[in-house]
Amino acid sequence: MAFISSGYNPDKPMENRITDIGPRSYEEFLPPVIKKNFGKWLYHEILEPGVLVHVAESGDEVFTVRVGAARLMTVSHIREINEIADKHCDGYLRFTTRNNIEFMVDSKDKVEPLKQDLLSRKQAGGGFKFPIGGTGAGVTNIVHTQGWVHCHTPATDASGPVKATMDVLFDDFTSMRMPAQVRVALACCLNMCGAVHCSDIAILGYHRKPPILDHEYLDKMCEIPLAIAACPTAAIKPGKVEVGGETIKSVSVNNDRCMYCGNCYTMCPSMPLADTEGDCIVLMVGGKISNRISMPKFSKVVVPYLPNNPPRWPETTDAIKKIIEVYAADANKYERLGEWAERIGWEKFFEKCGLEFTHHLIDDFRDPAYFTWRQSTQFKFTK
Amino acid sequence: MELKHKTPLLDELESGPWPSFVSDLKREAISRKTNEKGIDYQCPAEMPEDLLGVVELSYEHGRTHWKHGGIVGVFGYGGGVIGRYCDQPEMFPAVAHFHTIRINQPSGKYYTTEYLEQLMSLCERRGSGLTNMHGSTGDIVFLGSHTPQLEEIFWELTHNINQDLGGSGGNLRTPSACLGMSRCEYACIDTQALCHYMTNEYQDELHRPAFPYKFKFKFDGCPNCCVASIARSDLSFIGTWKDDIRIDAEAVKAYVGGELKSNAGAHASRDWGPFDIQKEVVDLCPGECMAWDGSKLAIDNSNCTRCMHCINTMPRALRIGQDTGLSMLVGAKAPILDGAQISSLLVPFIKAEEPYDEIKEVIENLWDWWMEEGKNRERIGELMKRQGFQKMLEVTGLKATAQHVKEPRSNPYVFWKEDEVPGGWKGDINEFRKYHQR
Repeated sequence: MAFISSGYNPDKPMENRITDIGPRSYEEFLPPVIKKNFGKWLYHEILEPGVLVHVAESGDEVFTVRVGAARLMTVSHIREINEIADKHCDGYLRFTTRNNIEFMVDSKDKVEPLKQDLLSRKQAGGGFKFPIGGTGAGVTNIVHTQGWVHCHTPATDASGPVKATMDVLFDDFTSMRMPAQVRVALACCLNMCGAVHCSDIAILGYHRKPPILDHEYLDKMCEIPLAIAACPTAAIKPGKVEVGGETIKSVSVNNDRCMYCGNCYTMCPSMPLADTEGDCIVLMVGGKISNRISMPKFSKVVVPYLPNNPPRWPETTDAIKKIIEVYAADANKYERLGEWAERIGWEKFFEKCGLEFTHHLIDDFRDPAYFTWRQSTQFKFTK
Repeated sequence: MELKHKTPLLDELESGPWPSFVSDLKREAISRKTNEKGIDYQCPAEMPEDLLGVVELSYEHGRTHWKHGGIVGVFGYGGGVIGRYCDQPEMFPAVAHFHTIRINQPSGKYYTTEYLEQLMSLCERRGSGLTNMHGSTGDIVFLGSHTPQLEEIFWELTHNINQDLGGSGGNLRTPSACLGMSRCEYACIDTQALCHYMTNEYQDELHRPAFPYKFKFKFDGCPNCCVASIARSDLSFIGTWKDDIRIDAEAVKAYVGGELKSNAGAHASRDWGPFDIQKEVVDLCPGECMAWDGSKLAIDNSNCTRCMHCINTMPRALRIGQDTGLSMLVGAKAPILDGAQISSLLVPFIKAEEPYDEIKEVIENLWDWWMEEGKNRERIGELMKRQGFQKMLEVTGLKATAQHVKEPRSNPYVFWKEDEVPGGWKGDINEFRKYHQR
């Protein structure tokens, strides 16, 4: 492994340096039929799960085959995507916001060979490389964060629970039997890089223990004021501790105020908070981002704790499957999961889904909490 | 082929129909191990293998084995690279450092295979051969490279691929957009053009952290919000229209008659019975502005809230209006600290035409305010709550309208400004005492 220079000269970093050029223009990458009909589309139709046609004013049609993907993707896999796009789509493709891949062709007779090719490609373990689906009133791909693959504060993995969940929900990725679309998201800690807070179903990793303090190294490794300032609830104070007969500077944590966000750990590696028993999965449901019919809404916590149980998180996938099945059977056409829960009442939601309601689910965090309590005698009795 | 580490737990994620990241990682591990093309890897060939090893260890322990990054990056930029180190470097030396590189994706995420191959060749030679397509904010992510390769990757990106990095840290994060007019009949604005323009306009803000915290732009072409701008961006741009929904009366009849499938066929895997326009469209309209008399659909557009339901349900019969623009909403963020926020409406309607001067004025006024008043790590949504919506109107020079609220306040604690009350606040006590004894 001999070092090969790109041309960069570390002694003169500004020499021939190119900066601030931004991304490549999207116009370079539009397939010809898309470029020609840009802004002139009339309507679309989902021909079957995962296959769309868009029809332009010119009469041109573009057929899209949407496939799922793991967002952690290797060079080899992307080269295989390229091979497919070169073979069927004149070298063009696109990705969706939810980690799906879209292969587009400009005539209907090209759809079937493309589909056959995509579905014929399997992984060593038997899984599809390119499952077709993710359209309409079904479950589309999960947007998620890094988890144990690349993050320092996760309370769970991301890629693993996503794989396990999509295996369980696979039939609803490849079909459209739901009352409306079901958007699932995963964030591996409450910082929510994945912003799961407006999803039909949100899988959230959650720590339940305050940081452990590595007093001996804390002052050597960290800027104590930064660690203190990083705490959103002001739970950290400077302090002095005895270690090996020596008084050293460190911090103390008011454990009752800690919300386990890990922001202190980001600033100070001597305050780790990952814990095998403490870390868990929280399920939140009923959020949406679309303005369709009802306004966008937040997801609500309906299961405060499920064990963090790799490699397949069965308790989590069972709970999700159950909620989705009850929703599918009970909701009206077009009704999103949160709209359904609000219509029947959340007390009925818990009853129908067989979920236990515990004190953890009553909001007690600052002002907004009050507005979630019931200022009314209107409620439904449940068994 | 035997790999470096046994991964019995991860191996269980190779079964099942959904694409397995474990199988894919193993595939790359073998590709690098065999190195059929004879590539002179600039990062260790074992990176995918050691990543599998470290993740397996996390599956055993139920805990992560990554540490936070420290300061790594490329010269002159304050973002785009996120440092990452493994806490078991002796066991997994190939991923001892494993820094992430964010690459600004093209607007709308269309690609040619030629361009993707350029990126993949770079990722293979100077990285781990692993990516995220894409990160949560929208970037193309090279997952894992070593410190000496960062400048080399940046050099190759800018010199050979004409491509820049994305954002990280306290700066403008990589903006993202839905596919907009390129393939969607609902697009009220050219989201890709607007996103591309703003990304280039604010390169300095994107690369050099000068903000109290992160700031995200997302551009949605219509109120369906496919890129989740309303939940995931500090400034949400959402296409909308002012005039009437266009109706094709014949196509409406075709939906009623069952010749056309409701919602573009989105419910096809289940028998929901014959389409009932009254129940499925008219009765669900949040503006209650539609009427169906058995042969003709009427819309009272003045009471339409543009929720998209009727258009989504009958896309061949109903189309968005033609006087299009966008709404700007401010302050979405994840829950830390005071709870999650969805963006709040600031500009009900603004035209989206190059050079977008009016839009830029709103953006820059908001930034000036936030950079002046925002505390360290305070998102603009939190500043908005701390100083009040009125303050945001003041700094942007916008006039309050009833559209700004769902309902007016239910407490009367109006903080009047001195110049709003005749005579101001300097009372004359002697004048007062002439009429009121002590």
